[in-house]
Amino acid sequence: MIKVVINGKEYSVEKGATVLEAAKAANIDIPTLCYLKDINEIGACRLCLVEVAEMRGPALGPWRMVTACVYPCTEGMQIKTNTPKIIASRKMNLELLLSNHDKKCLSCVRSTNCELQTLCREYGVDQSTFSGETHHYEIDNKTPIIRDNNKCILCRRCVATCAKIQGIGVIGANNRGFDTYIGSQFEQHLADTSCINCGQCIVSCPVGALYERDDTDQVFDAIADPNKHVVICTAPSVRAQIGECFGYEPGTDAEGKMVTALKALGFDGVYDMNLTADLTIVEEATELLGRIQNNGVLPMITSCSPGWIKFCEHYFPEFTENLSTCKSPQQMFGAIVKTYYAQKKGWDPKDIFMVSAIPCTAKKFEVTRPDQSAAGIPDVDVAITTREVGRMIQKAGIDFRSLEDGKFDDPFDIGSGAGAIFGATGGVMEAALRYAAEIILGKKLEKVDFPEVRGTEGIKTASYKLGDLTVNVAVASSTGKAKELLNKVKSGELDVQFIEIMACPGGCVNGGGQPIQPAKVRMNKDLRAIRAAVLYKDDADETLRKSQDNLAVKKLYEEFLGEPNSHKAHEILHTSYIKRGLY
Amino acid sequence: MKKKLTTVAFQGTPEQKEKLLAVIEKLKDQKGAMMPILQQAQDIYGYLPIEVQKIIAEKTGVSLEEIFGIASFYSMFKLNPDGKYAISVCLGTACYVKGSGDVLDEISKQLNVPIGSTSADGKYSVEATRCLGACGLAPVMTINGEVYGSLKKTDVKTILEKYQ
Repeated sequence: MIKVVINGKEYSVEKGATVLEAAKAANIDIPTLCYLKDINEIGACRLCLVEVAEMRGPALGPWRMVTACVYPCTEGMQIKTNTPKIIASRKMNLELLLSNHDKKCLSCVRSTNCELQTLCREYGVDQSTFSGETHHYEIDNKTPIIRDNNKCILCRRCVATCAKIQGIGVIGANNRGFDTYIGSQFEQHLADTSCINCGQCIVSCPVGALYERDDTDQVFDAIADPNKHVVICTAPSVRAQIGECFGYEPGTDAEGKMVTALKALGFDGVYDMNLTADLTIVEEATELLGRIQNNGVLPMITSCSPGWIKFCEHYFPEFTENLSTCKSPQQMFGAIVKTYYAQKKGWDPKDIFMVSAIPCTAKKFEVTRPDQSAAGIPDVDVAITTREVGRMIQKAGIDFRSLEDGKFDDPFDIGSGAGAIFGATGGVMEAALRYAAEIILGKKLEKVDFPEVRGTEGIKTASYKLGDLTVNVAVASSTGKAKELLNKVKSGELDVQFIEIMACPGGCVNGGGQPIQPAKVRMNKDLRAIRAAVLYKDDADETLRKSQDNLAVKKLYEEFLGEPNSHKAHEILHTSYIKRGLY
Repeated sequence: MKKKLTTVAFQGTPEQKEKLLAVIEKLKDQKGAMMPILQQAQDIYGYLPIEVQKIIAEKTGVSLEEIFGIASFYSMFKLNPDGKYAISVCLGTACYVKGSGDVLDEISKQLNVPIGSTSADGKYSVEATRCLGACGLAPVMTINGEVYGSLKKTDVKTILEKYQ
């Protein structure tokens, strides 16, 4: 520990701590824009300027301005965080940023949740006193991820996230000086690159330069159409984050209010995707056991995360045979609703408008994939993110916080604890183990917890002895970690039979479609763990904890699908992949 | 100025590719290898089109965008090949105040080649350069190394007629 003096008061801080971290310990928030803990620490935006004086031998050296986010504390350092000089510099830097910023705040999707706007409010900056040339960029809106460089402040948080966390790197800074812009190689649209639509760039953007394609108007239109049966199913993790759109702390379970709000919006059916998470487990674990028994392609890799699927197709096409052929829970839901449920109700599948509420931007791409149309039409019509669900509820004037708890609609209202934990990294693995262990051992599982595969670690491995069979498993979250893991599998360093991969770090709870928390919050809280805790609590509180015990799933097999992995199940619940390659 | 992408068709030869692969193989494990790789790639091909950058990306494991970011940042890297007739107009201070900007615009207009790029048939490249050290002749330009001084906008047509 070393001693530093912050605004006249002495503090003890860890050796190697930056001024920003030291100030945090003194409960002082130094403003930042480009800083994103562990991801982007480059001192570029110069909003975190502070004055420091360091010891030069026995005496204190001169006062200088430094960037707090990257400047390390030294023994005896004096730090001032709020002098008139600092405030004037920060204001000047904000004005410079605004001088080439599209200030259309009124309808900006990030308004009130924009880190630049917040700072401008705090510093009383509403426009730039500098006038001159400004950029007018075309908006790249050919994928679910939309880039509006007119709002970009060149902080490079998206660039660092894409390259360092996701191991992709399809965006970066091009050209130089005033002409610098964030984009892809050779001015390509994102759609023409090996972007996987994970949306991690969106949740790292401090302003409104990146956002998902808004599909909510289509949903409002469908609800208003009397000839449509408009149904929605919500993914496991949406309930754990939707509260954040309405001012609840991260880690608040708002399932009941969410269901009530969706009903108030006018959906004809509000269903729980945990059910098809269970269905996925039954299909996927059966597929795994089949591959093990019949010398099929191993390791088998999960296929729930559409970001991961596209990553595999682009970056590891040699592994596409390893992917489980199971559709994701979202697509299974649509497929079941438009076949089984349509038949049961006597509806024409074309009259059903299937919406899914998901934590994910890649699912918007997934709904357009080929071989995802069990009834001859797309399984899912529109996929909307947690943020879009929040916006729909706000637009409709529904007072979310005052709502009573509601319940999902029959007959898709049952989900097991195993389905619930799908939203966290390791959850699909644990759910599959609960199923596979029971089948292999031929008896009821006493202990259903598999704590080895839980937690936010990027790569987790475990080995389970089930009777005579030893099953080695691995779990990776973030495509950067997936890359690391697959390279180990390729080199033979790691010998596993089953792998779970989620494209987003921490799994769906930290998905690209989730409510955006500013860097300030992300600096102090591990959102991945806090949000995942909601799902693990749901699971622990459930009496129904295994997918195979879900009566709704059993009924589906009895009435419609036959056996797991039956011919019919294959037709409706399974899909195929494309070897895309890199360019 | 934002660098322009080329419209000239790539005409790399197997010999050039072989040379490039040897360069990458030699340098790729060194720290900071990308700059010398790009420099030598440009020596081999004369410019750095997407076809060349893709080879480098594939062999080094660095993303294509990162490479493009570097190639578009440094002025020494060219995204357009020199034309059969490479026209460089000096925009140094002396030339500029004597109207070389207008001369450059006129050339670009007459040839229909945007400044900083090469015509799709590869015949003309038009670029602005810094001071050529011939300020006494301002405004100055060179075509394939041949110097033209004391230029006026009205001279452009006659000069270009020599390069058909």
